Amino acid sequence: MTTVTWDREQPASRGPGPFLSVRDLSVRFATEDGVVHAVDRLSFDLEKGTTLGIVGESGSGKSVSNMAILGLHDPAYTTLDGEIWLEDTELLGAGPGTLERLRGDRVAMIFQDPLTSLSPYHTVGRQIAETYRKHRKAGKAEARARAIEMLDRVGIPQARTRVDDYPHQFSGGMRQRVMIAMALVCDPDLLIADEPTTALDVTVQAQILDLLADLQQQFGTSIILITHDLGVVARTAHQVLVMYAGRSIEQGTVQEVLREPRHPYTWGLLGSMPKLRSNVDLPLLPVRGTPPSLLAPPPGCPFHPRCDHPALVGSDVCFTERPELSPAEGHRDACYLTLAQKREIFDGQIKERL
Amino acid sequence: MFRFLLRRIAGAALILLIISAVTFFLFYAVPRDPARAFCGKICPPANLALIRHNLGMDDPLFVQYWHWLVGIFAGRDLVQFGACPAPCLGYSFATQETVFSAILDRLPVTVSVTLGAAVVILTFGIGTGMLAAWQQGRPVDKVASASSVIGASLQIYFVGPILVFFIVDSMGLLPRPAYRAFTENPLDWFVHLLIPWVVLAMIFTANYTRMTRSTMVEQLAEDYVRTARAKGMSGPTVFLRFAWRGAMIPIVTIFGVDLATLLGGAIITEQTFTLHGIGELAVRAVQNTDLPMLLGVTLIGAFAIVMLNIVVDVLYAVIDPRVRLA
Repeated sequence: MTTVTWDREQPASRGPGPFLSVRDLSVRFATEDGVVHAVDRLSFDLEKGTTLGIVGESGSGKSVSNMAILGLHDPAYTTLDGEIWLEDTELLGAGPGTLERLRGDRVAMIFQDPLTSLSPYHTVGRQIAETYRKHRKAGKAEARARAIEMLDRVGIPQARTRVDDYPHQFSGGMRQRVMIAMALVCDPDLLIADEPTTALDVTVQAQILDLLADLQQQFGTSIILITHDLGVVARTAHQVLVMYAGRSIEQGTVQEVLREPRHPYTWGLLGSMPKLRSNVDLPLLPVRGTPPSLLAPPPGCPFHPRCDHPALVGSDVCFTERPELSPAEGHRDACYLTLAQKREIFDGQIKERL
Repeated sequence: MFRFLLRRIAGAALILLIISAVTFFLFYAVPRDPARAFCGKICPPANLALIRHNLGMDDPLFVQYWHWLVGIFAGRDLVQFGACPAPCLGYSFATQETVFSAILDRLPVTVSVTLGAAVVILTFGIGTGMLAAWQQGRPVDKVASASSVIGASLQIYFVGPILVFFIVDSMGLLPRPAYRAFTENPLDWFVHLLIPWVVLAMIFTANYTRMTRSTMVEQLAEDYVRTARAKGMSGPTVFLRFAWRGAMIPIVTIFGVDLATLLGGAIITEQTFTLHGIGELAVRAVQNTDLPMLLGVTLIGAFAIVMLNIVVDVLYAVIDPRVRLA
């Protein structure tokens, strides 16, 4: 395997903030039925070389918020608010030229379904090389050599010949590797992986996750991993952010969120996950009800229609006022139950079922 | 690829055979006797029988068909008309010329009208459709979509004479539409056919505008187009290299069909501008119960269709590597 040097020079003086900082990001879509509040005041930070896992149900705003980082939403139908800082560049206010140069170079994205996400009309080599040619002003031969090197790096055998194959000539796992090779061709600082393993079977899934972890160790890439699979998060992420109805409802380190979850929705997520070791007679504990409509989100806590515990709060605040994340730092969640109540419910009723 | 072509050409030959046979036998289902037309006003039965014999019409139907078929490759000797060298499609009952030479005379007219119109159709149809897709939802899109509908609802026999009246008669900008041999004077050929091209294109262009716009919009929403944007490809690159590639397939499909239809004869256009093409030949053959001519014209039309179908299939494989020719 060829070695690749990490040749991007680090800026002389890094600003005081984190590597990536999303502040109060809101994404709204104008549709025929009204305005969809897809993401509502989302904030998170990401340090260099770490992985943030974003989990949540379908439609909770995971992908939408990350597409905003790359500026991939159609401005004609989308309203974006807030700030996204990538080191010292603000992305929401950046012009199309800035974003175009950034995409694929400093920030790259891996999509869920590698079959539909790769162009069926071009060879994988060309698709990888064109990114490199665009951002590095490389010549044809150089970019091709780079494409072969990348295919080799992500573990595709006979990269030299396979570079001229089309995506449909690869298996699902290999296609996702191609996708990863394409995303990493310019050594991005930030890699957004949008359900990178959802379309793959479990063994391939593990390989892909290991590959991402290896690449992160080698090149110090920061990764945002979007998934609804908590197993994937436990395996690869450092930080976790749980999204519900376009909002962050709990965030913290993997240990904190997965071992001592505080938000009733996180309990639900963990409870819905089947375990090989658990008693087969013990039913799963699904979250009852369905995710709320983002056209008209419920007032107050968006989770209250599905929550078992509003009565414990003592007032009707769950139904009227949106809970903010608290405490300000560390393991935070957005729920009106007191910390003691959450611990009691979790230890008493939830933990044994997980 | 070679095997594909071989198979498709064999298939095409079979289709042409079937079409010619169906036309041939259907002709005899029509209660009209071409021999009577040759016989004249006072027609003794003996004369009629002789003419029938000379035309080869006293043989059983399938024998007649067989003779016709063999004649295409080997030529034949017709008692009524004389020798007919291969490829022999027989003599026209009406004009007594060989069908093949009649078609050969008319073909340049039809091909000129078709190809010129095709260029106009593709340029304006695809161009406007692309523009509309690029400006999706904006005023340009709406104007382009609306104007293409207006174009489509116009009729050749209405717009044609009006354009001729204004452009030729009133303003004298162009000569009256006619066919001039391309080989003699390309410019002459061009100016004489410009009005028919534009009028013919008006009818078809709308289809292409709409198709181009809708498939481009569809393609632009595809995952792989999003990927292209996510890796920093510029707007025009995404539009042309990625989305357009996928949008080409339905356009090639309908273009193949339209082109074949036009090559089979654009009858209304030819009538409107008094151009003497294949379409006129076909109409006259039907009116005159002219079996050899009818068969010849049908065969030419069918030939254009099956050949263009093969070309379209090959183009599919060129555009989309997932389509294998085997």
